[in-house]
Amino acid sequence: MHPVLTLVIQRLALGLLLLLAASVLIFIGTEILPGDVAQAILGQGATEQALHNMRAEMGLDRPAVTRYFEWLFSALQGDLGSALSNGRDIAESIGTRMKNTLFLASVAAAISVPLSIFLGLLAVRYRDRWPDRLISAITLTSISLPEFLLGYIIMYVFSVQLGWFPSVSNINSGMSFGEKLIAVALPALVLTLVVLAHMMRMTRAAILNVMQSAYIETAELKGLRRFTIIARHAMPNSIAPIVNVVMLNLAYLVVGVVVIEVVFVYPGMGQYLVDHVSKRDVPVVQACGLIFATIYIGLNLLADLISILSNPRLRHPK
Amino acid sequence: MKGIPLSALLGLTITLLYFAMAILAPLIAPYGMSEIVGDVWEPASAEYWLGTDNLGRDLLTRMIYGGRNTIFVASMATALSFSLGAILGFTAAVYGGWIDQLMARFNDLVMSIPTLIFALVVLSVMPVTLPVLILVMGLLDSTRVFRLSRAVAVDINVMDYVEAARLRGEGQRWVIFREILPNALSPLVAELGLRFIFAILFISTLSFLGLGIQPPNADWGGIVKENREGIVYGIPAALMPALAIVTLSISVNLVADWALNRTTSLKGGRGV
Repeated sequence: MHPVLTLVIQRLALGLLLLLAASVLIFIGTEILPGDVAQAILGQGATEQALHNMRAEMGLDRPAVTRYFEWLFSALQGDLGSALSNGRDIAESIGTRMKNTLFLASVAAAISVPLSIFLGLLAVRYRDRWPDRLISAITLTSISLPEFLLGYIIMYVFSVQLGWFPSVSNINSGMSFGEKLIAVALPALVLTLVVLAHMMRMTRAAILNVMQSAYIETAELKGLRRFTIIARHAMPNSIAPIVNVVMLNLAYLVVGVVVIEVVFVYPGMGQYLVDHVSKRDVPVVQACGLIFATIYIGLNLLADLISILSNPRLRHPK
Repeated sequence: MKGIPLSALLGLTITLLYFAMAILAPLIAPYGMSEIVGDVWEPASAEYWLGTDNLGRDLLTRMIYGGRNTIFVASMATALSFSLGAILGFTAAVYGGWIDQLMARFNDLVMSIPTLIFALVVLSVMPVTLPVLILVMGLLDSTRVFRLSRAVAVDINVMDYVEAARLRGEGQRWVIFREILPNALSPLVAELGLRFIFAILFISTLSFLGLGIQPPNADWGGIVKENREGIVYGIPAALMPALAIVTLSISVNLVADWALNRTTSLKGGRGV
């Protein structure tokens, strides 16, 4: 078998194992800690008998291991159970919200990825001069703020003071694509700023690292233009680290979405999760936690795979 | 302290000011923490320097007490994550073998779930109290410290002077606390600043989501949550914490940068 194929299969198996372990961790996090769902629903004043009945009704009196496997297997079949607070089917509620969240995240990614790579190149081209310093200063400020505050600042400026965009991102299936884009403009902008800083700094570092190589000096001595050297010689050799950074930040986006959705009252997964955490609706929290963890682990795995595949030394072994 | 650069000095001063403000909050604050002193969302005036909040409490007072709570929780969580992460990280590096593998793999596992998501999952069943918050934040963040201190300690562990200590017959505890800890301190101090800022951002986020410090106690994230409705009417009360968080985190970053530069210069770099 081709050595790369073996590596890829190993990584995939490792990823699946990690996912399984993560699901155990999420389950333990909600089930075995001192707090209990029945207690959470009935409150501190509940009698022992009421608690007992509630636990029997919800099947909480059975051993945790049995309940874990039941939960896992039904989740694998797409059955996430029903919410405690309103009895609705979780998978159904998540369906449309998931689409909304992915829409928001992909708009943010479509803007931030090309922009951050371009800015990274620009920062290397004008290294230690004012464009580089300006970009660094702006990105440093934007990572010193929590996402939700950045969200409110942008809302205050663009929606309240300037009145360009709505302050609440309401979205429904009846809207056209353009209307949807306008609705998500502000949250997408905030998410872009949040990941841009990190992505751009890492791109800059990755290219600067390659710029130390001997072949760059050769290209300089050939008399090539600075931007050509960066774009044609340095860029292709820093693809692997850059792709890695992009993937890690897309994974970060998944988490950033949670908070930003609350700020802009956007009907997505994140808001759904936060709402149900305060309602102590454990089945919903478990389901959402599992989905977020899956996306996060999946993107990290993808980053690994791409960096393996983009390495010519691994693709063409001697 | 000799030759401390201007930026680091500035950062240090502002950071110390914030800490002093947190400790002396009851003395500095012009009004009581949850004392209703005026109308809802009054503009800034000589009486109320930053205006009033959504219930007519003095915003400056809320900010000062909020800073006290935010900084307290963040400091405690950072202290916990550092002592735990560093000791476990050094232990893993010093013992090596299957203990190291077990700890490192478990650490990877916890890090594979986004911190915020994990915290939300746990907080959905735990009562949201200060000790629980500090514990959850500290434990989750210790994974990052573990990773760094293990990496640093693995390098130090193969040095000649550690070998010499072992040959002298010193135990593992001596090696961890007397040989590795002093030599790993500089990179860890730089990291300390970053983790502290992260803790500030994290507790603010949790409070903003209603799962952190509970009202009527003030904290920077909670102030945003309480005054968010005002934004739409053009009342900037909810944006005040932004100013506090940005100045604090940039100052801490400046100090951390300096600590990091000192470290690299100690390792045979330019003698600054």
